[in-house]
Amino acid sequence: MSDPDLTRLRSMLAELASQGRSALLPALHAAQRLYGWLSEPVATEVGRALGVPLADLHGVIDFYAMFYRRPVGKTVVRVCGAPVCALAGADSVADALCRHLNTRPDEISSDGEFTVEHAPCLGLCDQPPALLVGESALGRAAPEQAADICARSRRRAVSFVGGDMRSLTVNCGDGQPTSLTEYRDRGGYAGLRKALTMTPQAVLAEVKASGLVGRGGAAFPTGIKWEGAAKAQGQPRYIVCNADESEPGTFKDRILMEEDPHRTIEGMIIAAYAIGASRGYIYVRGEFPCAFKVMGEAVEEARQAGALGKTIFGAGLDFDIEMRLGAGAYICGEETALLESIEGKRGFPRIKPPFPATHGLFGKPTVINNVETFCNVPLILERGAAEYRKIGTEKSPGPKLFCVSGQIQRPGLYEMPFGVALRHLLFDLAGGPNPGRKLQAVLMGGAAGAFAIEKDLDVLLSFEQLSAAGLPLGSGAVMVFDDTADMREVLRRTAHFFADESCGKCYPCQLGTVRQYEILDRVASGHAVSGDRERLLDVGGTMIDASLCGLGQTAATAVLSGMKVWPELFEAGGKGRRAKGKEQSANSKEQE
Amino acid sequence: MPDVKLTIDGEPVAVPTGTTILKAAEHLGRSIPTICYHDHCTANGLCRICVVEVSGVGPLVPACLTPVNEGMKVTTASARAERSRRTILEMLASAVDLSEAPEIQKFIGEYRAQGARFPEAQRREYPVLDDNPMYIRDYSKCILCWRCVQVCAADAQFTYAINFTGRGFETGIGTFFDKPMPETTCVFCGQCVGVCPTGALKPKRESLLEQGLRPDEIIEATRGGGNRRGKPR
Repeated sequence: MSDPDLTRLRSMLAELASQGRSALLPALHAAQRLYGWLSEPVATEVGRALGVPLADLHGVIDFYAMFYRRPVGKTVVRVCGAPVCALAGADSVADALCRHLNTRPDEISSDGEFTVEHAPCLGLCDQPPALLVGESALGRAAPEQAADICARSRRRAVSFVGGDMRSLTVNCGDGQPTSLTEYRDRGGYAGLRKALTMTPQAVLAEVKASGLVGRGGAAFPTGIKWEGAAKAQGQPRYIVCNADESEPGTFKDRILMEEDPHRTIEGMIIAAYAIGASRGYIYVRGEFPCAFKVMGEAVEEARQAGALGKTIFGAGLDFDIEMRLGAGAYICGEETALLESIEGKRGFPRIKPPFPATHGLFGKPTVINNVETFCNVPLILERGAAEYRKIGTEKSPGPKLFCVSGQIQRPGLYEMPFGVALRHLLFDLAGGPNPGRKLQAVLMGGAAGAFAIEKDLDVLLSFEQLSAAGLPLGSGAVMVFDDTADMREVLRRTAHFFADESCGKCYPCQLGTVRQYEILDRVASGHAVSGDRERLLDVGGTMIDASLCGLGQTAATAVLSGMKVWPELFEAGGKGRRAKGKEQSANSKEQE
Repeated sequence: MPDVKLTIDGEPVAVPTGTTILKAAEHLGRSIPTICYHDHCTANGLCRICVVEVSGVGPLVPACLTPVNEGMKVTTASARAERSRRTILEMLASAVDLSEAPEIQKFIGEYRAQGARFPEAQRREYPVLDDNPMYIRDYSKCILCWRCVQVCAADAQFTYAINFTGRGFETGIGTFFDKPMPETTCVFCGQCVGVCPTGALKPKRESLLEQGLRPDEIIEATRGGGNRRGKPR
């Protein structure tokens, strides 16, 4: 292999060098765009330019699934392997692509053009099976379209956006980004203008009074988070937007970013004003190149219009935003792992406490919130906390986005006030199961969620009601499975996802996710052995009790929930993969 | 520093602010099991074998990292903690060669962990790396305690010759593009070998002695022509 010409790399690195290690992910992305993969000479050059020890650099490259230390095809075709896409035939699409290209997964096609890979959830759960062809996302892929897919002659469908209300999603649904002008014409940046007439303390008080809690899954009160950072010692302070949406079954942040990017930016600016932050980052997952591009363009647009930069809107506020693109690591959705990733490190979650509010990015006070959380902020300022609280319930105020996917008639993004019934969402809005099919289960909250079944359908979708029913709200994923779905296969896929995405830091998750997958693989193929049920309970319980971060602590929740709902599926000597179709209906009756 | 009063397994104790639960328990003569923890390395709470139950706190907490609080009630051997410890030990035994890890074997006995609990389990197995005259690397025995990486970096030597490879279960310890140690920044200080608890890193001479070589043969094989990076290739 001849040495690559490093001239272009060197000039690119010269621009990034002053940022040091925190420019590592951008530098690796740029290097990979130049050379297709990260060879030893290229990696050496990057490490030297940014002052990163070469062994550490190797560790970073290896951590992120979308960085390659081996040559790959010019275009990497990623096929989603999450449960919803799997049910819709993702594997046969991957097979057809490999046949068409006369190659095998992870290998390079003979013309050097393509590599086909399996990917974790691609956030297109409303149009499965999903693909990412280079930087183009594609939904509803079919095996017979292999040639078209490789020729990129197919375009992605627009995600359906609906619901009982449209405030967060008022500008979403047409598949197009809302420009700054359009956003302003429709009342955008009014929340920020109002905030700038108030004191930062009053803005903070308003957000606290709104009762807004984080929409990324952990549901921590946003105002309290902000207050912690506002009171913390240390400068500069940072606002970080967690746009690493990766929970299988979740695609709300993708739509918010792709179709209404300024709402997130406005929320971040208001947060910056409230806590006295001068710098911000938006960290978008690597599998969302389109959202990354749209957000980046919107940031530039906002800068040109004086909404970012020095003396924003003529007020005494200086704040600017930098974009960061992830590189394939679900764990980076964990807030401290995300901060590590911005700092140019492996995405290992940190020990908490201390929390990011006091010791966040680069050790400084940091507010890190999810995209949807930031999108609520302009609404709160514009309407006032009291008015905002009229939406939803007493304990769960505000609107919530639900990502409905799976075997249901109208999958899509639904904006609802907290407190409506799950049945209303699934049947009145999303149309219920497909004709002739019956609902078997709903996985609430994503891969890290739990199953709702028929008896749970009248549960009201609010934190307090769901919690009483033992169901998580999580990130708002609502994955529907009808009576044709083999739930053992769904759990096997879920377990595979966690085994793939564990960062490897703490033992319970590093070891437990793989042991859990191995057992579920046996269960799914009908080869469970004596004691597998107890093994799953011990492994799951240990991951929940003893793991270091939220990934490990929730990597068994869907499995344990499934074991409660369908205990018969986990017995040794089970019947194997349940057949599809008629036999399936017969089987499902046993569960009623 | 004022003392903090707490109880551990019902027994009262007062320790200085900032003391960890692990050290407070030691103060009472109680030993909480640890695997990754080392007195002279930054604690990272990796192995979670030291998890204990604290009244009013939902998840178990790692004793090696958690500072004591006034009035804290710690239970060191609750059923949940014991289940986690036993399962972690069983999973570790299912993945790693623990034949030269006497401390972990002792815990396996104490917690009645079944070394063969997980049938058909994927193990982490790698060829032994013997690329320098100072030490061998047998990563089939590596439990990922991070101590070697830490002493090679900011915990001691600031050499940064080794770091992590892979991710998740497939995490390993390695060099830049898997280069042999003599081609890295390694200064052969031996500190990584000193902190390794499982024999994954072992002095080359010890390894040769175990293979039955005579002392003179060992010296000949490891002298490296007066150059500790080994004979020129």
